[in-house]
Amino acid sequence: MEALLLEYLPILIFLGIATALALLIVAAAFIAARQRPDSEKLSAYECGFDAFDDARGMFDVRFYLVAILFIIFDLEVAFLFPWAVTLGEIGLVGFWSMIVFLAVLTVGFIYEWKKGALEWE
Amino acid sequence: MLSWDFLALQPALPEVFLALSTMVLLMLGVFRGDGHTRIISWFAVLVLGLTLLLVLDDLGGTKRAFGDIFIVDAFAQFMKVLVLIGSSFAVVMSLGYIEREKIARFEYPILFLFATLGMMMMISANDLISLYLGLELQSLSLYVIAAFRRDSTRSTEAGLKYFVLGALSSGMLLYGASMVYGFAGTTGFDRLAAVLDAGAVPVGLIVGLVFVIAGLAFKVAAVPFHMWTPDVYEGAPTPVTAFFAVAPKVAAMALFVRVMIDPFGALIGQWQQIIVFISIASMVLAAFAAINQTNIKRLMAYSSIGHVGYMLIGLAAGTQEGISGLIIYLTIYVFMTVGTFACILCMRSHGRMLEGIDDLAGLGKTNPPMAAVLTAFMFSLTGIPPVAGFFGKFFIFRAAINAEMYTLAVIGVLSSVVAAFYYMRIVKIMYFDEPAERFDRPIGREMTLILVGTGLFIVFFFPFIAPLLEGADAAASSLFVG
Repeated sequence: MEALLLEYLPILIFLGIATALALLIVAAAFIAARQRPDSEKLSAYECGFDAFDDARGMFDVRFYLVAILFIIFDLEVAFLFPWAVTLGEIGLVGFWSMIVFLAVLTVGFIYEWKKGALEWE
Repeated sequence: MLSWDFLALQPALPEVFLALSTMVLLMLGVFRGDGHTRIISWFAVLVLGLTLLLVLDDLGGTKRAFGDIFIVDAFAQFMKVLVLIGSSFAVVMSLGYIEREKIARFEYPILFLFATLGMMMMISANDLISLYLGLELQSLSLYVIAAFRRDSTRSTEAGLKYFVLGALSSGMLLYGASMVYGFAGTTGFDRLAAVLDAGAVPVGLIVGLVFVIAGLAFKVAAVPFHMWTPDVYEGAPTPVTAFFAVAPKVAAMALFVRVMIDPFGALIGQWQQIIVFISIASMVLAAFAAINQTNIKRLMAYSSIGHVGYMLIGLAAGTQEGISGLIIYLTIYVFMTVGTFACILCMRSHGRMLEGIDDLAGLGKTNPPMAAVLTAFMFSLTGIPPVAGFFGKFFIFRAAINAEMYTLAVIGVLSSVVAAFYYMRIVKIMYFDEPAERFDRPIGREMTLILVGTGLFIVFFFPFIAPLLEGADAAASSLFVG
């Protein structure tokens, strides 16, 4: 049990340092910096939207499209990393499995491109 | 080092072919544009037909692929044939409809193909992970098709409702699967069966099983997880509703049966009571709730809930005879539902789709052939001899009696008497009410073919009984062997 807990000690130390550093930076800004607040600076940051607004607001669907595209290719990279590291062990089967996966993804990508999902204006 | 033998692709050839052809068609569509929707639809039907031929290929016993997460046995082959038939009918029925309603975009048949691919993977799933993959491929395609008429409020509402409730059910299924994995230590069906046969069953695994059943009951639309069905069936474009009522039902039912019999067969004492409950609840609720409906698509939604209840009797029996009865019922259900929806699709006046039951008034005078066919389907849905629906119910009830589930059989018969009321009311409206609007004619060559084909199958069912029984027995026994 002791040994197991000791393995997690670095994480505890890391958490401590992170908390201390975060508090220090906020406190330093509060003490040292000049304070000139206005309504924009004080409002919560919400990606350019009003934080407290009617949920049924209009919303450009292109934001959504870009987000979806991002997630797909982000996940693709997340798959590629462990694949690249273990390529020596999984051999040709692993290699071609990933190529098939990428090919399927490319078909979807071509579809999106031709449909104009990537054109902003 | 992994070897190529691990993949053992041969049994999955139909799925691989379907996936590749669908992607080719997608590319074809996106480069040629929406003007080619009709051609792509026919190509889709061709692809489904070729896949059907590949499925029929005799593999010589049960085969596994992809490291045992994919299984092909006689049961899977039978169910895949049903799914492919249902999908082909739905695509053909859509041809005229999507052009008239101006929603002819080439993605429409492609989405049908992707949904079909997902269903085939569900049917062949031999692992909780591959089960979920197939289920999601199917569901995500279906959500989009339900909302395909995107400028209609009802269609988008149907799509959204289906999506939200479908996501909820998938969540429940996943939660149950994670508990099963946590307590049994494996997701593979073969190893799950081995673990459960070995003895001691932790309570957590039972809880997981209950969640899995709840998720699957959502997908087959069994009470108390049925509430999305009427709204989705009503809101979705009619050929899409026909598709919903047929293909996903077959796939989800096949999945339900495999999960209950294969990995959790040893726990029959635990799940039997749940299945009995949802079966009775589905039959009774559907029988009474359908009486008040005025929209024929909503009526068909409740009708499908009721039929799921009858099929679940076969599963509740848990015997090979019960599963065989379920398979026969499902086969007949596919044909009579396709036929009924083909009739509904012909309910058009001055280019406008009609959905009210009262719109059928006097059809016996204005369009005698269609009224006759629809009457046959209504008799079959009720289960009156000598039409096909009777034999479906007969084999199901016989299995229940032989499994000594008398209460279930009696409630089943009684609720089908109640259900007879709303089916017969349609017949009465067609023949004894004053004629309303005339329906547009001609109805098109494909529709005539589908109506005549399914109608003949339903009415002259006698010659089909023996081969169907043989096939269903072979399919059911492949499930019980191992």
